[in-house]
Amino acid sequence: MTPRDVVQLAMESLRGNLLRSTLTALGVIIGISAVIVMVAIGQGTKSELDRVMSSLGSNRLEVMSGAGRAGGARMGAGSMPTLTEGDAQAIKREIASVAYSSASVRMSAQAVAGNANWASTVLGVEADYFTINNWQLAGGDWFAARDYVGAAKSVLIGQTVRKNLFGDEDPIGRTIRIDRVPLRVAGVLAVKGQGGFGQDQDDVLFVPLATAKRRLPGGARIQGDFVQQITVGAASAESVGEAETAITELLRQRHRIQAAGQDDFQVRNLAEIIQTRSETTRLMSMLLAAVATISLIVGGIGIMNIMLVSVTERIREIGLRMAVGAGPLEIQLQFLAEAMAISLGGGAIGIALGVAGAYLAGAATALPVHLSPGVILLATGFSLATGLFFGYYPARKAAQLDPIEALRSE
Amino acid sequence: MANAGGPIIEIEALGKTYAPGTEAEVRALRDVTLTIGRGDYAAIMGASGSGKTTLMNLIGCLDTPTTGRYRLDGVDVSTLDVTTRAHLRRDKIGFVFQSFQLLSRLSALENVMMPLVYGSTPRGERRARALAALASVGLEARAGHRPTQLSGGQQQRVAIARALINDPPVLLADEPTGALDSKTGADVLALFDGLCRQGRTVILITHDANVAAHAGRQFVMRDGEISESRP
Repeated sequence: MTPRDVVQLAMESLRGNLLRSTLTALGVIIGISAVIVMVAIGQGTKSELDRVMSSLGSNRLEVMSGAGRAGGARMGAGSMPTLTEGDAQAIKREIASVAYSSASVRMSAQAVAGNANWASTVLGVEADYFTINNWQLAGGDWFAARDYVGAAKSVLIGQTVRKNLFGDEDPIGRTIRIDRVPLRVAGVLAVKGQGGFGQDQDDVLFVPLATAKRRLPGGARIQGDFVQQITVGAASAESVGEAETAITELLRQRHRIQAAGQDDFQVRNLAEIIQTRSETTRLMSMLLAAVATISLIVGGIGIMNIMLVSVTERIREIGLRMAVGAGPLEIQLQFLAEAMAISLGGGAIGIALGVAGAYLAGAATALPVHLSPGVILLATGFSLATGLFFGYYPARKAAQLDPIEALRSE
Repeated sequence: MANAGGPIIEIEALGKTYAPGTEAEVRALRDVTLTIGRGDYAAIMGASGSGKTTLMNLIGCLDTPTTGRYRLDGVDVSTLDVTTRAHLRRDKIGFVFQSFQLLSRLSALENVMMPLVYGSTPRGERRARALAALASVGLEARAGHRPTQLSGGQQQRVAIARALINDPPVLLADEPTGALDSKTGADVLALFDGLCRQGRTVILITHDANVAAHAGRQFVMRDGEISESRP
């Protein structure tokens, strides 16, 4: 018996019961399409999350100046600067699990270049800031070390700002005025895209922290040594939690907060926040996985059930085939092939429906969808395994029939 | 062919006991000794319960004996495993059943071709062989008909063509005319007569003396024992 004979025998008997075979395959169809949709959404979400995480800079922590008090009324986070440049330096110097830290101040400003002007955000930062946040340079140069010390009138601009102030012209060396202070464009940053909360990360201008505090009127409002925020880069993704604890401890000590006292700062772990946001998609994936598993099991049981019925119905045929020379193995192969044909056929339809379903789900819910050839392979493997597992017992039962009994039965 | 000169079927002191050692023990065959030569036309008669069906199952390699020895075309069947016996049936024995045992979803031609799947005949030759077998029973014109579109006599002739498809030395027919009227039954028996004249060994299992009369050798089974009646 050649493999082609086995396939042909299976197809012959399935064609004889086309409706029944199709209905039997339904469980596998649903199970496999659920597998496809589940994996497509799961992988899409994961790669989207990875993209956001890498644009944020992994290992990243933010320390915000805490809620200050104005009279009895507590103000919002960052309303009153409690952090200092000294805090930023201490964090980097004294905590082993911290690799980078940068104090920063933030202000809104109207940037003017020639005839064009654009409302944007100006950040006064230290050199580590760009490393922690994974900024790349598209053209020009980073600030030099002396720019930070000497409060140089230099600015780095994001792509959105470049587009709005300079259009297609080369901005390097040109002058931007912020609150009438002229700043020379030292470099343009590479595109970063949407942030984890949908904001445009490229709509930004950077100046050295000292420049912001000493030369820009907006920055000068934050007095003395104070800053609004410290951005921290942990040594590794694993040490983020450890760094978080150590920072809290160090700052409480530096700010002389009693054991019972409230923190006057906040440490935020952005990666954690975004991971929480992905929890919903993870839950949905798990739900789909459950649906897929259950329908594959139910579908498999359906196949087993129908194959057992088929063996009983065709008991005389089996007896006859044995009488004319079919061995047990050949009978078993024939019935196993029928079960596999149902599950593989169902798998093929399920893959088609699943691919369509994944794109539809993506379009309807704006969930990121990613389909890889591996998913199709996985689905094919699942349907193959279902047919093999649930077809084995009925096929074996057929093969073990006694030809005399089988021929005699009605 | 193995043992070309000797008898095709050698049965020595064959016994078959069902449910041995229990209260339901049945000794269906006791000490049956029987030799059938190549090209013999033999009939095995007997009432129901005489053991003739048990003997037929043993001759057809569908069952194994409890005691004794059975050699088919020189091969000792008594000790073979289930797969080897299946392949021996395929090569040595053509079965014809009282109830035809045709598969209703297949055409006459496909029914005749069916056993070839289990042999080594190349796919390309199967159709031609099956058509030739159908022609040998005079049914080439009905190749595309389903069993339900054929008369009883035609169905039995399709079954005979199927039994001949692997060119077995032995044709084993179990009440082949039992489901047919006397006219079509006579046609089917004439077919067996012709096959025997061509040198094939034909064994008829029947309770009907008129059917048995076609055979050159007649055996009678009674209470699990066999005797040859000399006409």
